[in-house]
Amino acid sequence: MEKVSHSQQLIIEGAGCASCVGKIEGALKATLGVVSAEMNFADRTVTVSGTAKIEELIKAVESVGYNAKPIDDSSAIEALDEKEAADWAYYKKLMRDTFIALSLGVPLMIYSIVVGEMTVVTNLERMSWLVVGILTFAVMYFSGKHFYIGAWKSFKNHSANMDTLIALGTGTAWVYSMVVVFAPDSVPLMARHVYFEATAMIIGLIDLGLALEIKARGKTSEAIKRLIGLQAKTATVVRDNKEVQIGIEQVLLHDVVKVKPGEKIPVDGLVLEGHTSIDESMLTGEPMPVEKAEEDEVVAGTLNKSGMILFRATRVGKDTALAQIINMVKRAQNSKPPIGRLADVISAYFVPVVMIISVLSALAWLNFGPEPAIAFAIVSATTVLIIACPCALGLATPMSVMVGVGKAAEAGVLIRNGEALQTASKITAMILDKTGTITEGSPKVTDIVLAKATDENEVLQLAASLESGSEHPLAQAIVESALEKNIELLKIKAFNAITGFGVEARCDNKELLFGNDKLMKLKGIDLTGFVGQAQSLAKEAKTPMYFAVDGELAAIIAVADPIKSDSISAIKRLQANGIRVIMLTGDNKETAAAVAKKAGISEFLAEVLPEDKANKVKKLQESGEIVGMTGDGINDAPALALADVGFAIGTGTDVAIESADITLMRGSLHGLADAIAVSKATLRNIKQNLFGAFIYNVAGVPFAAGVLYPFFGILLSPVIAGAAMAFSSLTVVSNANRLRWFKAKEH
Amino acid sequence: MMVINLLGLALIALIVWWFWLYKPNKIIANNNEVLIEVKDGVYSPSSIQVSASQPVTLKFMRKDQSPCSETLLIPSLEISEQLKFNDITQITLANLSQGEHEFHCQMRMYRGVLKVV
Repeated sequence: MEKVSHSQQLIIEGAGCASCVGKIEGALKATLGVVSAEMNFADRTVTVSGTAKIEELIKAVESVGYNAKPIDDSSAIEALDEKEAADWAYYKKLMRDTFIALSLGVPLMIYSIVVGEMTVVTNLERMSWLVVGILTFAVMYFSGKHFYIGAWKSFKNHSANMDTLIALGTGTAWVYSMVVVFAPDSVPLMARHVYFEATAMIIGLIDLGLALEIKARGKTSEAIKRLIGLQAKTATVVRDNKEVQIGIEQVLLHDVVKVKPGEKIPVDGLVLEGHTSIDESMLTGEPMPVEKAEEDEVVAGTLNKSGMILFRATRVGKDTALAQIINMVKRAQNSKPPIGRLADVISAYFVPVVMIISVLSALAWLNFGPEPAIAFAIVSATTVLIIACPCALGLATPMSVMVGVGKAAEAGVLIRNGEALQTASKITAMILDKTGTITEGSPKVTDIVLAKATDENEVLQLAASLESGSEHPLAQAIVESALEKNIELLKIKAFNAITGFGVEARCDNKELLFGNDKLMKLKGIDLTGFVGQAQSLAKEAKTPMYFAVDGELAAIIAVADPIKSDSISAIKRLQANGIRVIMLTGDNKETAAAVAKKAGISEFLAEVLPEDKANKVKKLQESGEIVGMTGDGINDAPALALADVGFAIGTGTDVAIESADITLMRGSLHGLADAIAVSKATLRNIKQNLFGAFIYNVAGVPFAAGVLYPFFGILLSPVIAGAAMAFSSLTVVSNANRLRWFKAKEH
Repeated sequence: MMVINLLGLALIALIVWWFWLYKPNKIIANNNEVLIEVKDGVYSPSSIQVSASQPVTLKFMRKDQSPCSETLLIPSLEISEQLKFNDITQITLANLSQGEHEFHCQMRMYRGVLKVV
């Protein structure tokens, strides 16, 4: 078996000095199959080239006293498990921090409500509040340390984030309170308040908000989890005539893989041996298992139903169709539609602007506020810092996109990016290619009109036997129809193809003729009473062909590329959404008119070349339409590229999915209506989130600064501001999660 | 009061200068390869200069558990990666055009810039 040289990377643990490098590199180079090994001491990684397996490399590193693990080599499932474990650990830590902070904050809050004033006048009060101040500092250290470290690091880095606001707000409240405790005389009598309860409560509430947000965020990535869950964890490969079970990330290109019934296909490949049926519904949406034999392609993630097969791996790791689909969905989930760009610009300036507003608010109170002005200034400055929430603004778009793109993927719709998602919601005209989009794309026998013959199956047997010698696509349709019905084909003799007319042969001592009316005339076959039937079949977009046995018309067999069973209802859905549906085809006008009529489309263009399709897109765009184009992704490439949104009908195994804005993995046009419905729902959700986040900040910040005080005497408490901030981002994530329950209505 | 007002205005000027006007020095990547630590709300280093003549390797070591740090986006290059916790996530970029590429987390709280010369 051919061995493939490739590059692998390991992260080394326990290498503390530069002399370790030589030892590790030496051990690796001494391993059979290693061509080169280079260690980067700065980041403790080593790059190894050659054919050696990862287990051998890890063993070599361990043999000289270090630990190693592969980089970027863990399967997506392992990565997901690790991520979930890390998220869970962080959630627990935040809940513990919340408990510590609120254990102090809640009693202090209750005390402030019951007693009213938290002032420092007597020495006893000073001592008591000193103890509380120290306890609050402990809370700041144990439960809020990450805010202060983050704020300091960001500050040094000339950037500001949510940590900056929290650290400044809580820090200001605590420092002011400690000044009151240590030097009460430096503060006017009326302003000798302490705000320890605010510091502890804010830290507790924001930690709680973050913890709940982590839980809610976990739900936004359910779709990707489901896709990743399709992957097999292990594979059985045949190496050196032995079967070995390995992780799928260790399967190499050209490996021979064995799959038993009930197992998932671990990587993409071509069948070498065996026969089976495979459930490909995860990729194509097609519930019927597909028969696979030698030379057929198998795809990672699909389910082997019946037989055992051996296949050669043709695409492994990140190259499999499923891995590419997962990557595409991930990329799309993190891309931003244009609607989110304004929020991005605002986010970039948000925190420093809030800091400036906080300073201005403090100055305003100090200059124009009532006594104790200093206390009012401190409260308003702190509250402004605490209430402003850049997170809600930052999360508004990505959270909705994440759920929306995931939701679409569940429906077999792969959206390439946020821009496609947004534009799809605005489509006003949809161009549909006929063949393979509205229709099945493969001709089928639709009617058998009996003339002299009395048995349909007998007609089909003779006609298919005759046509088995022909290469014509219509002939293939007749042969396939017979095979589907398990009709045995008979031997034929004296086969003769008459170009432009049809075919003739002898079979079972019968003279058979199959072709158009010209052939029948040529051979003197009487068609009286059947020409009208043939014409009415033609008007239904079918191709009628005459079949004669022993000089007499036996039957008319009609072949057509049938409209997909659900195309009509899907087109109705599009039209119900106010979308203008236009059909384009290279077929003749008669067939095009018949198909369009049947599909419920009033606008169509026939006999068009691919470049004409692109011109049609252009003309529609010039008339002010937002144009969607749906085709098979290859023949219609120019029009797909030119359209505002190109929809490719793919099987999902086609890597050409990358070329379309949106790929429909199911062959059904309902995917198109689903994609548009999901994009509209997602855009609506984004708008709700952005509106909420904007309004919250635009209204919250002035409210916190005290604009209502001169009119109503209301000044917001920093604790309420903390709660509002903590739950504003949670609200955004929860609203995005509502999209998970969205169901496109099928009419 | 005058002094306090002047101090306040000076503080505002400082905020404007520190966060918006100051241009930090760029770290020049050795061999076009750089290890970026993702921790405590910042990428370290956050301002990186690389050469357009050869592929660039960015190795992100995420040490921050917060979900904010998990997603890395380079919008101009249509790159989106989930950074593994306590592990290196490597991104190799080839054929980069000259110019600046901003990279950031989903919420733009973590921010950095890759300057290609």
